[in-house]
Amino acid sequence: MTDALSNLGAATLRWLRSLGHAAFFFLDLLRFSPAALRRFSLVVAQVHAIGNLSLVIILASGLAVGFVLALQMYYALVTYGAAESLGLIVNLALVRELGPVVTGLLFAGRAGTSLTAEIGLMKAGEQIAAMEMMAIDPRSRVLAPRFLGGIVSMPILAVLFSAIGILGAYVVAVLMIGVDAGNFWSIMEARVDVWRDVGNGIFKSVVFGVICTFVALYQGYETEATPEGVAYATTRTVVISSLGILAMDFVLTALMFSTP
Amino acid sequence: MSDTLIEIDHVTFGYDASRTILNDVSMTFLRGKVTAILGGSGCGKTTLLRLIGGVYPANQGRVVFDGELLDTHDKDQLFRLRRRLGMLFQFGALFTDLTVFENVAFPLREHTDLPESMIRDIVLMKLNAVGLRGAAPLRIAEVSGGMARRIALARAMALDPELMMYDEPFAGLDPISMGVTANLIRKLGDTTGATSLIVSHDVQECFSICDYAYLMMPGGRVVAQGTPEQLNASELPEVRQFIRGEPDGPVRFHYPAKPLAEDLGVTA
Repeated sequence: MTDALSNLGAATLRWLRSLGHAAFFFLDLLRFSPAALRRFSLVVAQVHAIGNLSLVIILASGLAVGFVLALQMYYALVTYGAAESLGLIVNLALVRELGPVVTGLLFAGRAGTSLTAEIGLMKAGEQIAAMEMMAIDPRSRVLAPRFLGGIVSMPILAVLFSAIGILGAYVVAVLMIGVDAGNFWSIMEARVDVWRDVGNGIFKSVVFGVICTFVALYQGYETEATPEGVAYATTRTVVISSLGILAMDFVLTALMFSTP
Repeated sequence: MSDTLIEIDHVTFGYDASRTILNDVSMTFLRGKVTAILGGSGCGKTTLLRLIGGVYPANQGRVVFDGELLDTHDKDQLFRLRRRLGMLFQFGALFTDLTVFENVAFPLREHTDLPESMIRDIVLMKLNAVGLRGAAPLRIAEVSGGMARRIALARAMALDPELMMYDEPFAGLDPISMGVTANLIRKLGDTTGATSLIVSHDVQECFSICDYAYLMMPGGRVVAQGTPEQLNASELPEVRQFIRGEPDGPVRFHYPAKPLAEDLGVTA
């Protein structure tokens, strides 16, 4: 009984310590971000590495989600004679929820794992240690530009995901099923609010970008510098980022859309 | 100005409480001299370099850099002192996303405001010194292990540091690369006046270029020190065993274990 209690206490202390460590790591990222902004070319290079190279998977997924969403919604709505609302529903679903959340999950799988593996392998190859010995702080030179690159990339990718998703829905609904094109676009224009719907969706994606990039960098930087360590770290990146995104999505949705 | 650049004063260190890596180590590294720290694997040689670089704090004792007590918590001091040293890592630790040229230019770009034309000239001169000017445009994936070590050497000396630390500079090199690297280290020390610290287990190569050497043994103890001639003439069993590479002696080859027969279950 005493052993079980002491093990529980030790585990709780370890958890609290790692939580505190992660919090300090996050504060470090924030502290070094202004310096990284002053060397904007480093951030741009990361936007290219993180964002541009995720473009194909994001666009392909957005298009597929748009296709399926239009098809499923059409079958459901036509039963109640509400097929003209299709454009609105597809748009709201994409810009409010699916755009930020699915992009966030894909981002964690594509860019997050890549960031974790990159930093982890830099650590294993003593590149991080070499930088420290050159009196260059890796948090400023390596981590902060990647952190900003992730935060900048994520909303852009989410907007592109939603845009291509709406185009995909248009192709299925208007070109294939025969929903009226004017109706499809005009109901969006009338009922979708730029700030409340699109703006909140973008804000969500910024928050998800912070979560994903922070988790990926933390896991990479704190990983054990072995092949197994890097493998575990990339897995943890996907799991923790995905759970973080889903949990934060619920909180943000409850705060943003609490009134009809 | 004192003759001593680095002083290690009764330093004890362990990564955790259960394992002591360095045990009451005292060393003095003289300005402008090439000093070798010799010893087998796992006796704390590389850890010692990390303590000098301020990566870890000593559990006991002190590290003094040019008269200044090293405080690993004082990041400003640490980064200021690190600007005065260059370190060659065992496997080069080159930045794999950069070319050979960019690797050598890296510390110059980070620490100076030199114009691009001057950075180019310095980088090409450093690469020329290690015989790799022609390899400047190559990617790191395209160079061999020996070349990587020389590129790392060019990068480490890019800012002409006062102290050069070499971590196993001869490990895994063919005889030609080994001789070239040894000569480079000596020549670099002589021409720039830099203090050189070589951590290695390659006795003959180190003795051919160093002015003074320390011999460390498992458990992180310094068992002998002196000029190469003095160590060669030493009658201490540890020194004789290490320098001559003898299997029998005070240093055991086998990790402590039960008798082999008992482990195999063939006791008589």
